Amino acid sequence: MILLETAGLTKVYGRAHGEVRALDGVSLAVGQGSFTVVTGGSGSGKTTLLLALGGLIRPTEGQVRHNGRDLYGLPERELAGYRNRSVGFVLQTFNLVPYLTAAENVMIPMLLNGHRPGGRRRKADALLDRLGMADRRDFLPRELSVGQQQRVAIARALANDPGIILADEPTGSLDRALAADILGVLSELHRKDGRTIVMVTHSNEAAACGDRRHRLAGGVLS
Amino acid sequence: MPASFSLRSLVRKELMLRKTRMISGLLVIVLGIGAVVGILTVTRASNRAVSAQLDALGANILVLPQGASVSDYYAADIDSPVFPESYATRVVTSMIPGVDNTSPKLSRRMTVGGVAVVLTGIVPASEAAAKPMWQRSVLTGADLPAGCAPVPAAADGKSGCPPAKPERMRIENLGRTEALVGAAAARRLRAREGGSVVIAGKTFSVSRVLPETGTVDDGRIFIHLRSAQELLGAGRVVSAIEIMGCCSAISEGLLGKLRNILPDTRIVTINHIVSAQVGTNRLMARVSVVLALIILVVGSLSMANVMWANVEERKKELGTLITVGFGRRDIYLLLFSRAAALGLVGGVLGYLLGTATAMLAGPWIADLRVVPVAAFLALSVGLAVGISVLGCWLPARGAARLEPAAMMQDP
Repeated sequence: MILLETAGLTKVYGRAHGEVRALDGVSLAVGQGSFTVVTGGSGSGKTTLLLALGGLIRPTEGQVRHNGRDLYGLPERELAGYRNRSVGFVLQTFNLVPYLTAAENVMIPMLLNGHRPGGRRRKADALLDRLGMADRRDFLPRELSVGQQQRVAIARALANDPGIILADEPTGSLDRALAADILGVLSELHRKDGRTIVMVTHSNEAAACGDRRHRLAGGVLS
Repeated sequence: MPASFSLRSLVRKELMLRKTRMISGLLVIVLGIGAVVGILTVTRASNRAVSAQLDALGANILVLPQGASVSDYYAADIDSPVFPESYATRVVTSMIPGVDNTSPKLSRRMTVGGVAVVLTGIVPASEAAAKPMWQRSVLTGADLPAGCAPVPAAADGKSGCPPAKPERMRIENLGRTEALVGAAAARRLRAREGGSVVIAGKTFSVSRVLPETGTVDDGRIFIHLRSAQELLGAGRVVSAIEIMGCCSAISEGLLGKLRNILPDTRIVTINHIVSAQVGTNRLMARVSVVLALIILVVGSLSMANVMWANVEERKKELGTLITVGFGRRDIYLLLFSRAAALGLVGGVLGYLLGTATAMLAGPWIADLRVVPVAAFLALSVGLAVGISVLGCWLPARGAARLEPAAMMQDP
């Protein structure tokens, strides 16, 4: 069953020195429960594709459909709701809010969808516990190692129990051992939880985790 | 970890993280609001002082015969001009709004017991109402409504007049053979209450020695107007009518209306108090309005500057929030809450600063006792929150419309 798909997805950025075609007619189908990996070099359009799948970049042409619904035809509020409940992002730079503790970072997505304060806390604790971060929940990001920060970012991505995890170079800032650790976590989320994972990476080692592999070059998917 | 982590704690923690910027943003608001509150508080105290002075003075409009000067009125010479007593009736029956009390009087300089005094004939009830100082200083009768004060209704609802205390009644019920003697005149004549004075061969019992007022009244002997007219053989004439006019009515053209009904008289006000001090108060009120507008503009621009810097600095963080599901409305809410929190704290601190400054500076710059005005707290907070939110509007709009991809880059 197709959970997420793109059809003729094109994204053109206007720049001072001319247009940049980041995506050029990309059509991709992501099946439910799959681990899809898109590889490509720097500037190939990987991140743009992931952001488009996540409802964060309006395409110049084409569509992104989630369960058959055109994402960018949704009102802004519903699109925000899609980002909040249906997908979870794991980014290369972790993007933790620097003045919040690990647990508070995990609770941010829960602020928007009616979780009770006590429920937020319990869920954040459980997620951090699952990711081996129970003893670090009151630490600020700067007090955590990069591997720990990525684990907190993964916990945050799981906060609202989304069906899809979108990972943008999740191991890009990590050494080999930590990268293997994080890939293990993502694989477990795929295998045990049955979550759908779309990961973009330039790393062939990371790409080996996926059960569907695509290559993006110059904005064209192959 | 707080159990109640919320958007509010997100705002609070972010403010505490960037204390220096928070303080600089706050300082703009506190100083601006403080200046407005300070001026408003001093202006208000000054307005109250003017009202109190006018109340203490009693009459603030003087109707004199055409060609007479204020000096003639005070000199009360034998040849001072007079006009018919019916003019006072004309004022009373005209029902011109803003006339609180009309007090006709006939004054003449004369010698009593070898002492030079000014004999003044009064209508007792009118004079009692016009001279609150006669009651407040020594007499224990109920304070009379003066100036613009409304007449309180009686408890039983049957009468609009409160029962007069005995001392006030002694003025109101001044008999034809009774006299009220000013403090200085009483000293010179050695007159005592219950004693008597002989004026132009007629004996008057001293009903009351008036308290020291520091005015020309201290050297006067007051008797009933009818008695004075008979004693002086002047007929039904008076030398002046003192009118207690409501201050706002004076500024709204009360004098013109009086001149219409008394065309052949000279009408003057206590200009040196009304014009100078009321004028100063008006100037201060205008300055505070102009200052408030300047502060609104400068404060909003400063806040906009602070908020732009904040949004620039937090682009990555805001991008992250959008990534996890924050919509435009949530971003607006987050940034407006931050601005409102700054405004709230700035408004309260600005109120405290302005009030404290006014209380310290009031006695020094305007010889005024300044008391805090609680109502200005709401004004301060409202103005400060308004400035902050207004200044935050454009930066918040910019943040809510930024492409998340651009916001997620490292700054």
